[in-house]
Formats: sequence, structure tokens, C-alpha cells
Amino acid sequence: MMRLPLFDYRTPRTVAEAAQILDGEGPEAMVIAGGTDLLPNMKRRQQTPRTLVSLRRIEGLSGAHLDHSASQLGSCLTLAEIAEDPRFRNGCSALWQAASMVATPHIRNMATLGGNICLDTRCMFYDQSYEWRQAINFCKKKDGETCWVANSSPRCMAVSSTDTGPALMALGARVILHSARGEREVTLADLYNNDGREYLTRRPDEIVSDIRLGPLHGWRSTYWKLRRRGSFDFPVLSVAAAARFSHDGVVEEARIVVGSAASRPLVAEEAARSLLNRRLEPEVIEEATTLAARLAKPLDNTDFDMSWRKKVTSQFVTYALRELRGDDMRAERTRVMHSQADGVS
Amino acid sequence: MIGHARRRVDARGKVTGQTIYADDISLPRMAYCKLLRSPHPHARIRSIDTSRALAHPGVYLVLTGKDLPIKYGILPVSQDETPLCVDRVRHVGDPVAAVIAREELTAADALELIEVDYEILPTIADPEEALANPEPRIHDYSEEGNIHKRVAFEFGDVDKGFAEADEIFEDTFFFQGNTHLPMEQHASVAVRDREGKLTLYTSTQTPHYLHRALSKVLEMPAGHIRVVATPCGGGFGGKSDPFNHEFVVSKAALMLGRPVKISLTREEVFYCHRGRHPMLMKFRTGVKKDGTITAMHLQNVIDGGAYGSYGVASTFYGGTLQTTTYHIPKYRYQGARFFTNKPPCGPKRGHGTPQPRFGQEVQIDKIAEKLKIDPAELRLRIAVKPNELTANFLQLGTVGLEQCIRRVVAISGWKDKFRKLPEGRGVGLACSCYLTGAGLSIYWNAMPHSGIQLKLDRSGCVTLFAGTTEIGQGSDDVLAAMVAEVLGIKTFDIRVYSGDTDLGPVDLGSYSSRVTLMAGNAAIQAAERAKAMMAEAVADKLEVPKERLRFADSAVFDAAAPEKRVTFVEAICLAEARFGTIGTVGSYTPPKFPAAKYKGGGVGTSPAYTFSATVVEVDVDTATGLVRVAKLWNTHDLGRALNPVLARGQVEGSIYMGLGEALMEEQDYRRLPSRLSHALVHKFPSMLDYKTITSLDMPEIVTEFIEGPDARGPFGAKECGQGPLLPVMPAVANAIYDAVGVRIDEVPMTPEKIVRALAEKKAGRAPRYGPDHFPEMSWGEPLRVPPPWDGGDGRAINEPPRQPKPSREKEKVLTP
Repeated sequence: MMRLPLFDYRTPRTVAEAAQILDGEGPEAMVIAGGTDLLPNMKRRQQTPRTLVSLRRIEGLSGAHLDHSASQLGSCLTLAEIAEDPRFRNGCSALWQAASMVATPHIRNMATLGGNICLDTRCMFYDQSYEWRQAINFCKKKDGETCWVANSSPRCMAVSSTDTGPALMALGARVILHSARGEREVTLADLYNNDGREYLTRRPDEIVSDIRLGPLHGWRSTYWKLRRRGSFDFPVLSVAAAARFSHDGVVEEARIVVGSAASRPLVAEEAARSLLNRRLEPEVIEEATTLAARLAKPLDNTDFDMSWRKKVTSQFVTYALRELRGDDMRAERTRVMHSQADGVS
Repeated sequence: MIGHARRRVDARGKVTGQTIYADDISLPRMAYCKLLRSPHPHARIRSIDTSRALAHPGVYLVLTGKDLPIKYGILPVSQDETPLCVDRVRHVGDPVAAVIAREELTAADALELIEVDYEILPTIADPEEALANPEPRIHDYSEEGNIHKRVAFEFGDVDKGFAEADEIFEDTFFFQGNTHLPMEQHASVAVRDREGKLTLYTSTQTPHYLHRALSKVLEMPAGHIRVVATPCGGGFGGKSDPFNHEFVVSKAALMLGRPVKISLTREEVFYCHRGRHPMLMKFRTGVKKDGTITAMHLQNVIDGGAYGSYGVASTFYGGTLQTTTYHIPKYRYQGARFFTNKPPCGPKRGHGTPQPRFGQEVQIDKIAEKLKIDPAELRLRIAVKPNELTANFLQLGTVGLEQCIRRVVAISGWKDKFRKLPEGRGVGLACSCYLTGAGLSIYWNAMPHSGIQLKLDRSGCVTLFAGTTEIGQGSDDVLAAMVAEVLGIKTFDIRVYSGDTDLGPVDLGSYSSRVTLMAGNAAIQAAERAKAMMAEAVADKLEVPKERLRFADSAVFDAAAPEKRVTFVEAICLAEARFGTIGTVGSYTPPKFPAAKYKGGGVGTSPAYTFSATVVEVDVDTATGLVRVAKLWNTHDLGRALNPVLARGQVEGSIYMGLGEALMEEQDYRRLPSRLSHALVHKFPSMLDYKTITSLDMPEIVTEFIEGPDARGPFGAKECGQGPLLPVMPAVANAIYDAVGVRIDEVPMTPEKIVRALAEKKAGRAPRYGPDHFPEMSWGEPLRVPPPWDGGDGRAINEPPRQPKPSREKEKVLTP
């Protein structure tokens, strides 16, 4: 089997203590929560931290305070805890659906919300063993010079593959970052960078401690994920959509986010704006779909053919908006996602 | 016992985690081995410097190709592998050196200290490149350039057959390669025992063939080598070759006097491969208006990868069984296997036959549509009959194909669904045939293919020694059940020792669906011999004629007066007192197949053939092309279900594997822009990215056995572990056509391909996705064999010019 390299393992009891360790160790230390992303990467020698700083013993990072006006979620909530909690299903279904569709039940038992939003970007030329990457003389993301997806690209084109990131962005989430120098709050959208290598604006010494959501009252949200199978797979395209409707079905606020189509989740601002003060009639949906799908420029570095993924983007935006409108989309969900995670609220 | 659903004998160990797989073995003083594998797809090895690795703390030994220079290969005609590459690497992942160290991590670290100087060679990625580039040759012994092997047969005047046809159909299909993906990665532990002899514990399906190869490569008498096939966590054909690592740890253990272990990573298992050959096939079939086939011509271009493996056999199987489902009066088959710089292909469940079966069954669906005949009805009209001798002289026995079709049509509601479901929903039907054990061994000999020994003693324990390999299919249980049935005891009164070349008699291995029939018949013979001895002793004691004795309920009694009885244990004691220690043997050699006398006619012969029919119902999303399999019905003619639970497991496992191949599995490779790199790498050698279906993607399955005992099968049984896979892929293709009206002439049938075919349909062009050309090549003059109905006697009437043959190495036979 593939073996982990050797490393030191630290188990601080408070966020402040964890931040102190990170500050002292410098960039050779990394934060570990569930480890479902980091440990396989370490086996492949994609990351070889000298020290791992575990968040598992820190109390207070696993809480979920949900309220119609303001909610706060601890970064160490496991995805299984979110998937099993009816408050998420009823209050912010996009997040609930996204968490429920990550990987497998075993992985959701370990994986955390903070870990999933900070998930390493993925690429077929990068998510390989050290020996395999040696056979292609490595790539721009790690140890090499060339981006094998786009040979002349000045930057790494690895793909943002987080499920909960787009869902939380559609819900307007903000994140709290802790370091030895203090605390700061940024929108989740601002946490991401469209660069496969430097994909987060988080500094190496910062810890994502909490995720904050604004008012949920009146909002409906949904998450659509493209993957080959009904389990295991990372998204190779996703659409998260959320809208606040008036009592007679007019859109008052809306957000659409396209995931796994670039090195960061893409906010489809123009598409969302086109929905405002309108009912989700077919032509309104079509207009928004065209605007949103324009953003997606998939490349040949994930599962499935890239031009097909582009085509599916518009289909998924349509499905998502129809579901927000209140159409029963269970048959489509089963057919295209093999998933029972349904229901919008 | 027989015919009843029972808990299998090895179930407890497996569900409680007590079964010891090769990777679970840990012995005192054990060292670990890691292999350095080539990062280049094709290169000459100029030199290897191992000095830094050898000096690394904790390293015991470093081996390279020159330490193990003798060649091996599973087939006598393809002895083209060495444990470590001597002067050339032929694919990424080809092993060039081994480090044996105190810790696995140490061995891995030391690999990076080995310096190999490579001279990069041009690479060949597929058969068309191989045709265009006869040089450099990947192997010097290939038939011509990079063509490894060609076969060509003509049974009857095919051109005349086409002239008699009302319609001629020509279709080209491509079946992508895929791999076995067993849950258990290959692992081995080699031990030099107290006497200095070698024991190798390893996850293999063929301990006997490995035993022979070890003897050859290590230059040790086979009698001084013991191979123990540990319980195998899945094989599917992927553990049927002798593998590099097995020789390396054996050599290291002999040199070091320590146990040496290796556990392959999943990526390394992808490089061992031996999976499904990619095949590009052209089918030309002539039919009468009523569907009667007048002639068929199949050409098959086969991508073999970097070594021979079973490839010569696969090349025959790529066309041999086309005659065993429908009556084909005239048949021409031309197949060619090519060497390419990729891990070698070999046998995977269905060995060489699923690919042409796919093409044939999809083409039959097209023929039925054109002739306006229901596809089930067409198949019934042309189905082979029991005891038919086919055009290529395969002697069929029991044939349940008609019943399979009739039943699958009935249980699936076919008549209410076919061409009647709403857009996006469809059903498809396909059939198949498979062997119950290959008629020939892979090396020529006149000895039995299977042997069984039984020991019975006064404790009441019946011990069964078999050379068979339990690879999860349930062979230990099936053998115990047959012995228990004969002796009137329970399977749990029997202890089975299998897969150990020291303990059990020779069995050729768990491949070609041969174990139940061949080892089963041997087990019955051994049990009957023991029973006869016991009956004689008991008859004396009870003073009844031995013919009246019955063995049942762990007792032996007089059928006329059941109260006159002894217990089974007492019966053994009586026999032991009368005859001395009780041990019996049984063996099985397949019947001679006198029909096929032409060269190559032995491939495809089998004691018994099975038949399957499958209906698949699919749901296709017309916007995205995504397919969900809604339900699947399978009927399988297996002669008799010895343990219906096990048989059902084999059928459902086959369907699972077939659906993965149909919808997503691809052993696919990638090149990088040639101006920047010479890489030719496996696209995704990991379980996450090599896509196979999960339990959530599995449909409801309805399985029905068609039972009609075959006289050659033990208790009438035929195979059920491979045949049911074969119709799955074409049935899915035919169902997609029924659902959305497009033909996907290529496996796997991915949503991208469906969307493209739908776009073609919308544009008014042929509603199809599939290969659009077929390479021109010389196939050589075929061997002409007139079929039985043209007065043929199984002999060829011509002698094509002999291909220059590689000089076959003389097999060394070493005796202690």
C-alpha cells in the first residue's frame, strides 16, 4: 500500500493554541481536521508537511447554531452531522444536499465542513502518485513547470472541487479566519482565488474556525452535482442556486454559483440579476441559464469530456432554477445524479 | 446438499475477518520489498547503479534484471517476461529493480537512490500505430513487425454464403479495454524454510502454473518449491499469470534466508493488468429475409499491450465462439494481436469473447429491425440446437438458449415494452454462450486437469485435499457439497485444504470456469471410491447386500429396513478396520474432442457450454445523455444450481461487472504533446478515477436459472461465473437504441457518446456513435476447414505457408 511520510502530530485544545503552533512552525505546518483530503495527498507526496496541527481536540468548533436571522457553523462539523440534521434539510437545503453528496458515508463521517470548503483543487495530472507524476515530469501545480491541461497557461488550471463551497456561497456565507495576529471575517467568495495553485486567500497560518450565514427566512436553495456515479465522486460540475421569493413568487434576491468549472466557484452575478423582480417563467429561466452557462469553461482535466460538461452546465442551471420555482424534479435528480437527496426549502 | 441454498463453508471466516489473505501474513524477521518501476513507456536500459540504495540504512538487498535473467510467460509460446527488466522497459510501470529492506517505507525511500540510465525509444500506443511502425519492434519474436500473432480460418465458402444472402450487414465496433479491479491488491510472502526449500504464499488463481514458472526461473526443482494460494480477494482473471513480484520475493527470500513480503499498491495492480483487450471489430453478416444467417465474416484488431500473457489464446477467443449461439453455416475469422507500449492485456471474465459477442448481438438487433422481426423472435429462429456440431467443429451438448430467451421475454414483460415505452425509456435484449472449462491445458500434457484426495479417519472427519484455488467464487464450498452429497454428510463435517501445491494434487487453476465441472467430477469420483469401501465394510457388519445401503443423514442404512444402520463415524471405523487407512483419489481429464482436427481447433472446445439471455431496461436523459439502468432480467442455463445462493451471487456479480464495462470502465492511456514529452501513461490508475459502478448505481436484478442437467457436469452442473456477464453490454446498447433511437457501437457507452449520436440524429445523419474506419492489413491465407454440412471431417484442406516461428525454448524438467 501507499505509506504516509513521517510527520509530527500536534493536538492543541484551543484555537489560540493551534494558531500559536502554526505561527511558530511556519509554512511547513498544516492544519488537519478529518484528514480525508490531506492524508491521501500526503501518500501521493502532493503535500509533505513536517507538522500536522489537529483541530479534532478543540472544543467549540463543532457547534451549529441555526437561526432565521443569523447562523454560525463550526468548521469541524462533520459532513455526516450536516447530512443527518433536519434543521439543515429544512433551513438551507443547498448545503444539506451538497454535504449529503460528498464522497461516501465513511468519508462524510470524518470529513469536516471547513475541510471541504478548503479542499485542495483537483486535476487528472496532479491527483496521481509521485511515480506517476514523475512519468510526466510533474506539472505546474506541484514540482513542475508545465500545465499539461493548457500548455501555455501562466497559471495552474486545477479545478475547485468543493461541494459545500458553492452551496454556502449561494447562501451568502462568510468565514472567520483565526491566526496568532487575530481574527478576520471575509465573504466565502473572497476566500477563493481563480488559481489552481494559490486557490485560497487564506494564509498558511490561518485557521477557518466558523462559517456565518445571514438571514435564511424566505430563501429557497438547491444544489445540483454532476458526477459519474451515485457515490464516491468529486463534482466535475455543480450548480448552487438560492432565491428569496415574495409571497406571489416574484424573485426578490438571488444567487447562482457554478462550481467545478474553474479553479474557484464562479458567481453568476449577471444571471442572478436577470431573475430579479420576475417570476421564474420558462423564458426567464432560459435567459439566466444562457448567462450562467457562459461562465463555465471546463478543461480536459476531470472526468467526462469537456465540451459535454459545458453543455451540461446549462441543463443543470435549468434544472436548479426549475426546482427553486417549485417543480418536482425528483425524477431528474434520480436519473442524472442517482441521488435521493431531494426537496427544496 | 445439492440444489439447496446453504451457508458456504468459508463464510464465517470471511464475515468475521478471520480469513488470512496474503497481505495479512506477518512472520518473524520478515523483510519488505518494493519495486522500482519504469517512468518511461519504451526505453533501453543502459546501466543501473544500485550502490547508493544498497548503502541506505535498513536495506538488505537490491536486485536487478541480471539477477533473474530467465524468461517466463504463462503460455509456452510467449515466454517473453523477466522478473525485472534486463535491457529494455516496455511500458510505464515495468519493474527494473527491487529493494528489500527492514521496513516498507525504507525500501520505498531507497528506490529513489537507484540510478537508471535510460535511452528513450519511440513508442506505440495502439494497433494502428503498430501497423504503421513495424520498427522498433517491442519484441523480437513477434510474427511480423509489431504484429504479435495472426489467426485466420475459413469454415466453408463464405463468399458463396454472402452471394446467397438477401441482405448483407456490415458494422464496425470498438470495445475499449478495462481491468478486473479486484478488491484485494496482489500480495506475496516468500519463505525459505528449515530445509532450505521455498514456500511462496501469494494471491494467485493458478498456483500450478506459477509453480512451474518458479521452478524454471529460479532453476530449482519444482519439488523443492511450495506455492500456497492464499484466499483470494477477487481474481476475475487478473491473477492468472505468474507475476514479476512473485519471482522477486522468492529470489530475495532464498538469498536472505528471511521471509520477504510485497504488497502491491492499487496503481501497481493497474500496471500488472492482464485485463480486457481493446478490440476493433468488423462484422459482415449475410441473412435471408426470414433472418437465416448465410455467412459471417469477422475481422478483429486486438491491442495486446507490452507482453504476450494469454494473448495468443485471446486472439483465438476473439472469434471462436461466434458460432455457438446462432446457426452460422459459413464463417471466416481473422484476428491479429499487436504489441503496444502499455501494460499487457490478458484474460478477464469472459476471456476474449465479450468484445465480439457485443458486436454480434448489437448487429443482430440491427438485422431484426431492418427485417422487421422482433429481436427475440429472430434469435429463436436461428438459435443453435442441442448437440449441434458448429461450423468450426465445436461439439455442443445441452443447449438451454431457447428456454433462456422465452423465459427472459416472459419475466421482463418484453412484448409490452419493446418499441412501446415513452421516449427516453427502452429495453434491449442480448444472448450469449460460454465454456465450462477449456478443453486443453495451456501446456501440452496427457495428465489430468484436476485431482482430489480424500482422507477419512475414525474421528469422523473427512479431509478434502484439492489443488483448486478459492478466489471468492465458492469452489471450496462446492467441492465440499459434492463430497457431502455422495457420503450423506454435511459440508461442515468436511475440512477443505485447497490451493497448496504441497498438500493437494495438481489442479490447473481457477480460470475458464473449469473448477466446478473438472474438480467437481474428480471429487465425486474420490467420494464414490470412499463410499464403496465403506459400503463393503458396512454390508458385512449389517449383513445386507451393499447395493441396498444408503448414505444419508450422517448414517449408512439398509434402504429396505432403515432401522438397520450404523452412524457415518462407525462406518468409517468399519472401513478402516477392514482396509486400513482410508484415502481415496479422483481425477478428471476432459473428454477427447475428436471433431476439430485442424490446427487451432482445440481452442473453444469444452465439456459443456452454457447459455444466457438478458433484458435491460434503461432510462436515458435526452438532454445530457446520462443513463440509468432501471432494471435487469437474466436467465442462465447452468445445467443445475449446486448451491443457488452461490450461483445467484455469480450471476449478480457478472451483471455488476458487465454494467460497469457497458457504462463507464476504461483502461485508458494518455499521451502528452510530443514536442514536450514522450509520456504514455495510464490516465487514472486509482480506484477513485477508474470508474466502476457502485451499489447505488446497481438496478434491481431478476435472475432465473434454466436447469436441465448436463451429463458431463457434476450433478448436471455447468458454469455460471462468466457467461452471464456477456449479454449485459450489448443488451444495454440495444436498450439505449430502443429508448432514444441511437446506436452506440462502442463500449463503454458514455453520456458524451449518446449526446453526440443524438446530435447526429437531429442533423439527419446516421444516428450512431462508433468507429468510422477499419485498418487495411494483410491477414494471411486462412486455414480452410469445410464445415460438417459440407462434408468436412474437421481437417483443413489447405496448408497455409507457415509463419516464421520463434524458436521455442526447451522446457527444462528438473527433478530433485
